[in-house]
Amino acid sequence: MIRFFNAGLDYQRLAGERRSPGDADHTGLIDLSFTIESGGFRWLTGASGAGKTTLLKLMYLALPPTSGRIELLDSDPARLDRAGRALLRRRIGVVYQDFRLLNHLSAFDNVALPLRLARRKETQIHADVTELLRWVGLADRLAHRPEELSGGEQQRVAICRAVVGRPSLLLADEPTGNLDDEQAVRLLHLFMSLNQLGTTVIIASHNLSLIERYRAPVLELQHGRLVYHG
Amino acid sequence: MANQRRSRARPDPIGLRAATHDRLLIAVVAAMSFLAALAMAGNVATSTLAAHWLGGARHVLTIEVPDPGASVQAASRITRLDAVLTALRQQPALSGVRALSPAELGHLLKPWLGDARTSGDAGIALPGVIMAQGDTHPHAVAALRQELDQIAPGALVETGGGLAARLTTLTESLQASAAAILLIVAAVAASVVGVSVRAGLAQRREAIDIIHGLGARDRDIASPFAREIARQAGLGGLLGGLAALPVLLWLGRLAAGFALVPHSAAHGVGAMLADMPTLLWAGPVVLMLVAALIGWVVAQTTVLGWLRHLA
Ligand SMILES: Nc1ncnc2c1ncn2[C@@H]1O[C@H](COP(=O)(O)OP(=O)(O)O)[C@@H](O)[C@H]1O
Ligand SMILES: [Mg+2]
Repeated sequence: MIRFFNAGLDYQRLAGERRSPGDADHTGLIDLSFTIESGGFRWLTGASGAGKTTLLKLMYLALPPTSGRIELLDSDPARLDRAGRALLRRRIGVVYQDFRLLNHLSAFDNVALPLRLARRKETQIHADVTELLRWVGLADRLAHRPEELSGGEQQRVAICRAVVGRPSLLLADEPTGNLDDEQAVRLLHLFMSLNQLGTTVIIASHNLSLIERYRAPVLELQHGRLVYHG
Repeated sequence: MANQRRSRARPDPIGLRAATHDRLLIAVVAAMSFLAALAMAGNVATSTLAAHWLGGARHVLTIEVPDPGASVQAASRITRLDAVLTALRQQPALSGVRALSPAELGHLLKPWLGDARTSGDAGIALPGVIMAQGDTHPHAVAALRQELDQIAPGALVETGGGLAARLTTLTESLQASAAAILLIVAAVAASVVGVSVRAGLAQRREAIDIIHGLGARDRDIASPFAREIARQAGLGGLLGGLAALPVLLWLGRLAAGFALVPHSAAHGVGAMLADMPTLLWAGPVVLMLVAALIGWVVAQTTVLGWLRHLA
């Protein structure tokens, strides 16, 4: 379960800048309260700059809220120590908008990272990673490094890395941006099947035709505020 | 095959191995280790020499007899030197009574008088010098002085007491300097490690961000860093220690030259040279371990501190 209690994020305050109460210009998120049941699926929508990426950052523990509090996978990250938050991150798969692959590692080793952090057996890692990369059509790209791959291929590697550990929560930031329609549909099927296996899935997107095709509850942001949830 | 598996198992996500070694780190640590080796060797040599010198000097009496060849009485054919020697040998408290030969005397005085003066022919009349071991207590020395003055007026009795005190002060200062050098050298090594780690962190910032985001704990990141830095610092320590070996051997040979001066020190230098191989082999290994430890500790604390920037 994910719960936000009047959570806000003020980038100025995060940077240590003082602001007087009257200041209008506020970047980030303001006073978000909502609940996503475990195993739920949500589209996260809103115009560019509305705060979608920032909301995901709170959810993947890259930023702490500057006001209010949040609960993720039934624990309060603010009450965990650093190691505890690290272990919580391992249960969250993230597809970053800019992929964030490690350039000195092969596609295989990039996807294997979460499993190696979890100290899985190397034979198991080999089987899982190979199968997943084959499934997204990269069977012949296992040994390629990210810079030897196209944007779409890199994105598929990033998606594989996010899902390979069967996370309890999957967050994706505009994951279909670099994919053609056919690939986007395959990708959504992957997310759907993970969701059916119990993973909570939240996908930020402004691809309305995709959202139309795969009906699911929507969280809509506008200027950092939650304007619609349903 | 099994080997290949193993190397796959540690793909080095932070990219520590992929980056070239920090040659500056290895070079500076090697230089510091070289200095540390010299300071430690100097310390050991000083202590060893001083211990033997002090041990000898404490019981050594030097008796100078001016005008040694003159006879004791006008009619007698006994020289003043022989008379004093005989008297000394009759003292039950003294042992090892021995007059220095003209050659030994010449060798001792050569630095002051040069070749011509000591080659035996004419020039300054050299005193006779007798060495003995025995009681150097002031009372005993005063009694001896009185007795010898009657046999050969003008004879002098010297003891090593004053020398011993000065030698102790000297060794203590040298040891303090060596300790100061070791401290400075360790501080320089530690700060170079700190700089190198910080540069490494800045260079790998993105990779660290990414694996932090994937759920790596602080120690998952700090430990490989510390291992790698410890490896490089250890290598530097070993190289510096090995580079010091020839210098130490050479210094050891120089030190052997001191064997002649106080008679009893010869044994000390010999013992020191005999100890050398152990010291020489242990030195680089000890330096390697200490450098590796410094590297490991500094890297751990630097990385753990730096990671606080991340949520
Ligand atoms: N690191 C940052 N520092 C300051 N402001 C930021 C930062 N990241 C985003 N913002 C601001 O926060 C707002 C929301 O940004 P973002 O969450 O990236 O929106 P979206 O993903 O919906 O396009 C924007 O006004 C953006 O300029
Ligand atoms: Mg965004």
